[in-house]
Amino acid sequence: MSARDAILKRLRERADGPLSAPESDFSVVTNRGWSPAERLARFERWITSVHGEVIHTAQADWTQALAKVLADKGVRRLGLGREHPVAAEARAALADAEVELVDADRDIEGWQREQFDSLEAGLTSTRGAIAETGSLWLWPTPDEPRRLSLVPPIHIAVLDAETLEDTFFDVVEAHGWAGGMPTNALLISGPSKTADIEQTLAYGVHGPRELVVLVRHAEEVE
Amino acid sequence: MSVETFTPREFHRQAHDALGNPQIRANFRKAMDGLMSKRSDVFSDWDLETLRELGANIRLRALARLPDLLEQLEANCQANGIRVHWAENGDEACRIVREICQSHDATSVIKGKSMVSEEMHLNAHLEKAGIEALESDLGEYLVQLNEQTPSHIIMPAIHLNTDEISEILHDKTGTERSRDVDYMTAAARSQLRERFMAADVGISGVNFAVAETGTLCLVENEGNGRMTTTVPPVHIAVTGIEKVVEHLRDVPPLYALLTRSATGQHVTTYFNMISGPRQPDEHDGPEEVHLVLVDSGRSAIYQDDELLDTLRCIRCGACMNHCPVYTRVGGHTYGTTYPGPIGSILMPHMMGLEETRDLPTASSLCGACGEVCPVKIPIPDLLVRLRRESVGEGRGNVPGAGIKRSMKEVAAWKGFQWLATHPRAWRGSTALAGKLEALLPTRLGPWTEYRSAPKPAKTSLHALVKRHQTRKPDGEERS
Amino acid sequence: MTPVKCYPAKPERVYFFGTCLIDLFYPEAGLDGIRLLEREGIEVVFPADQTCCGQPAYTSGYQDEARAVAAAQLALFPEPWPIVVPSGSCGGMMRTHYPQLFAGSDREDQANEVAGRVFELTEFLVHVCHLQLVDRGEPETVAMHTSCSARREMGLAETGPALLAKLGQVTLVEQARASECCGFGGTFAVRHPEVSAAMVEDKTQAIEATGAEHFVTSDCGCLMNIAGRFEHQKKAVTGEHIASYLWRRTS
Repeated sequence: MSARDAILKRLRERADGPLSAPESDFSVVTNRGWSPAERLARFERWITSVHGEVIHTAQADWTQALAKVLADKGVRRLGLGREHPVAAEARAALADAEVELVDADRDIEGWQREQFDSLEAGLTSTRGAIAETGSLWLWPTPDEPRRLSLVPPIHIAVLDAETLEDTFFDVVEAHGWAGGMPTNALLISGPSKTADIEQTLAYGVHGPRELVVLVRHAEEVE
Repeated sequence: MSVETFTPREFHRQAHDALGNPQIRANFRKAMDGLMSKRSDVFSDWDLETLRELGANIRLRALARLPDLLEQLEANCQANGIRVHWAENGDEACRIVREICQSHDATSVIKGKSMVSEEMHLNAHLEKAGIEALESDLGEYLVQLNEQTPSHIIMPAIHLNTDEISEILHDKTGTERSRDVDYMTAAARSQLRERFMAADVGISGVNFAVAETGTLCLVENEGNGRMTTTVPPVHIAVTGIEKVVEHLRDVPPLYALLTRSATGQHVTTYFNMISGPRQPDEHDGPEEVHLVLVDSGRSAIYQDDELLDTLRCIRCGACMNHCPVYTRVGGHTYGTTYPGPIGSILMPHMMGLEETRDLPTASSLCGACGEVCPVKIPIPDLLVRLRRESVGEGRGNVPGAGIKRSMKEVAAWKGFQWLATHPRAWRGSTALAGKLEALLPTRLGPWTEYRSAPKPAKTSLHALVKRHQTRKPDGEERS
Repeated sequence: MTPVKCYPAKPERVYFFGTCLIDLFYPEAGLDGIRLLEREGIEVVFPADQTCCGQPAYTSGYQDEARAVAAAQLALFPEPWPIVVPSGSCGGMMRTHYPQLFAGSDREDQANEVAGRVFELTEFLVHVCHLQLVDRGEPETVAMHTSCSARREMGLAETGPALLAKLGQVTLVEQARASECCGFGGTFAVRHPEVSAAMVEDKTQAIEATGAEHFVTSDCGCLMNIAGRFEHQKKAVTGEHIASYLWRRTS
């Protein structure tokens, strides 16, 4: 008998007999009822508590905020997609800037070393965010592949304020994740970190040292 | 520092050594104090009991449907393009992993943190086959450089302090000696980035495997898990068969419990959900994803209604963080892959009670482990159950059952039973103990090495009460 | 977690289960517990045939022997009166583990019924007697160690301190890591003496660091362990069962 069949047989022919499965009540992980303002405040409080940087910008001129971040951080090589509106608008806005725009929508085999060694920041869109934990959720695509948010030392993520939801559970349910998962789905809550050296926090151990979240608001930000 | 080997058989000697090592004592005390206080802070604004109830409930439901869920997981993984393998034990799992590596002519493997791979002794197996397996979790990397094993399931290098780590990195990788944690972290980052690029295969564990979607979930802070599962062309995930959950919606509560219980974080930096290899239109990610489901005694634990609770575990480590024994002796003393309370209820099934005979008793049954367990495993009760199995008064469902049964001990407990069920004799003996106090030994073996011997009272409570009640005008004596 | 218990009104009579450690080593503590109850107008019935709850055998894995001993105790409480136990450890054994020990046997109902009537002494004094105390002692600073069984198995972290708070002249100080085990654990102290010693050493240091010269506890196992360590080191800190302390200061 194969290992598979032997294991399943043992589990099925359980000595103490079949088990009954309890029902679950998920109310403790949902129904927060936060207002948009509360949501945003929580999101910002949590993600900044783990060294995420939050910059608020009006939808209309978010690329100016992006340009300022790039200038402030001295980024000269920015990886980004092409088709997503975030990438397309960024490309248009930065066409004449000092920053070199690096195409991320290429098979990695052709530019692995370049990605690891010379990319200074990666720009991605986000699908939404979670207020309760200060988490972004991303589903990498051919346009914005998995490593764009992982390999460069700075990750700049663009988040639309109205896509904030209360809890992880709410996101999974509201967006029907169970009906169709992408090859890779991610929650990102801050830059890469470790406490493996005597519980002292250090950032950027394998992934980005910095995470900048550009929160776009439909209305003017004072 | 020299290569140390630890075995559960030597628990007492290893405990003695650890207790006599002020550095180990200080490192663990400091770390555990910090972890306990962080956990209690992060749960302070939560309805923790309700969340634990839900966590336990989700795990129980998954276990109740385990064979069906494993088949569903397999079918959905396969539909997603993930190849699924089954292994009866660690050796079989090692062979499966090695053969996948060899089919790709792999010579270099990069690993994300995986306790199941530790349990399998995978690294040693691969080395023997000429395949280098390098750990990439910073703690695991440090422990591997130092030729040790992890001393904690979440924080593998928790037994080392900054100076020791600086010395290890200096010795093994040529960095400058420095107490600067950022410097050391950056050094490890650049060393390991080269290895990620060069690796032929990435091997990871799994925190939750979701049956309904065929999704493998990985929880981490460093990003090495994402690197391991994204950069090399082949990804192999190894996991115990109990890690499956039924629905995707079961994941958020378990994730919330896991990070809070483990390190007192409200969330980890990354939650990585993998549901398939790189698709034709994708530009990165592994071409192949494999899932190895490992039994290693789990299906045997599954047979028994009481022992089954052991399989609820989500490997958060809170039980060890709160264990006064673990805090004193550290993880290596246990000599097992999983140390602390969870190890003491799990390892006897994997290694047998003969090998692990001292683990079920290495607890004062203070209950701290059970109190913090996010999925409410009754760890103290399971420790008692294994003590019963050890002395041959259980159900015989654990390998090595009855190994500690000795005629001398049985006679002693039978004697206790006789005395405690013969009240007249009991009263006589307690009265006698007081009268003969001077004749009793003042040294009671190990007890009096550290404490004064308790002195039997001249008059027992039985006698005192009798006297007290006859003195009272309206006290009627009862017996 | 112990579910929230519904407490009865103060009864006319209670049973008192003295525990074997008190019987043998600390009988005054048992008597003081009885006196505290009697002062509240409760008649205390002490079944003379009581011996031990069976816990030492139970935690050592000798379930059959423990069950035999427990069965002998079950028969001692025929009337529906509360059973007061001056120990969280023995109380926890009777309340939590008796039902487990007899599950599926013909004594199951009896075990459940008895378990439902078991109260730890401080619990009973606080929640049933609503005890009020007049402190007649000198001002004093005292530390308290609540046993792990009382704290976790019975969910009684608060009752001991609540009683001490009723003593006007007493200042209760909390030692560092107050909820951590003292290292007694019954046979644990004998099977793993060095680990147990390290635990009690830390506990005595923590108590000493509060500056209190006296500590109380509601379990004689912990008392024997902690006070024994202080005495072995010839330290001035002394310990006492909380029942004795309460009685001594209020009588």
